[in-house]
Amino acid sequence: MLHRLTHVLSCREAARLVSEAQDRPLTVTERVKLRLHLFVCSGCSRFARQIEFLRDAVARFRT
Amino acid sequence: MDAAQFADELDQNRRYLLRVARLQLRDADLAEDVVQDTLLAALGAREGFTGRSSVKTWLTGILKHKIVDAIRRKQRQPVVAASFDEETDLDDFDPLFKDNGAWQAPPADWGDPENALSQQEFMGVMELCLDRLPPNTARVFVMREVLELETDEICKELRITPNNLWVILYRARMALRQCIEQNWFSGPRT
Repeated sequence: MLHRLTHVLSCREAARLVSEAQDRPLTVTERVKLRLHLFVCSGCSRFARQIEFLRDAVARFRT
Repeated sequence: MDAAQFADELDQNRRYLLRVARLQLRDADLAEDVVQDTLLAALGAREGFTGRSSVKTWLTGILKHKIVDAIRRKQRQPVVAASFDEETDLDDFDPLFKDNGAWQAPPADWGDPENALSQQEFMGVMELCLDRLPPNTARVFVMREVLELETDEICKELRITPNNLWVILYRARMALRQCIEQNWFSGPRT
């Protein structure tokens, strides 16, 4: 059952949404799909944390 | 802060400003000009510095405007637009994923990456990875993440669509993530 949730959104689509969330507000549907995907996909949740980290790291570069 | 101290502070930030301007403009001479402009403007606007932010933050704010001006002037050269299209081709196949949309190689475990932030060496890797981005991709990424321009400002300045911008930023983050993983988080490290 849980595995089927990852098919709502592929990892490729999830990665795009993780990135775009930093540049635009996601729609409610996108947010729900992404959250479900991240809940069951360890690779993508890692990715999401790393993208967050990148933003912090670049901010550090700035100050 | 007296005038001498202030001039000293400006001088100390010169290298940093130059680094940001170079990354952004990919043109050493132009970057030099923009930084000169910024420092001159800063000297002239010393009163404008309230001390509420750091000198560096304040200077970055001025640099941001100078860079936008420089891009605006440069933008009149059609060459930029052409290479932009090349770099931002939406159909470009994404080698990081399989046909079914799964990761070719899922992101590695970075452990506790926050530790890296305090290390000078890590900042060097970041800079190296930023340097490796395709020029226009790097410019857009720096506008967004270093200069913190709003997405609609960037679209307007570069005359690209929001969708284009999201793709460019996505590519930049993917490439940067991968480069940092390969050069920092994959080796044996304590």
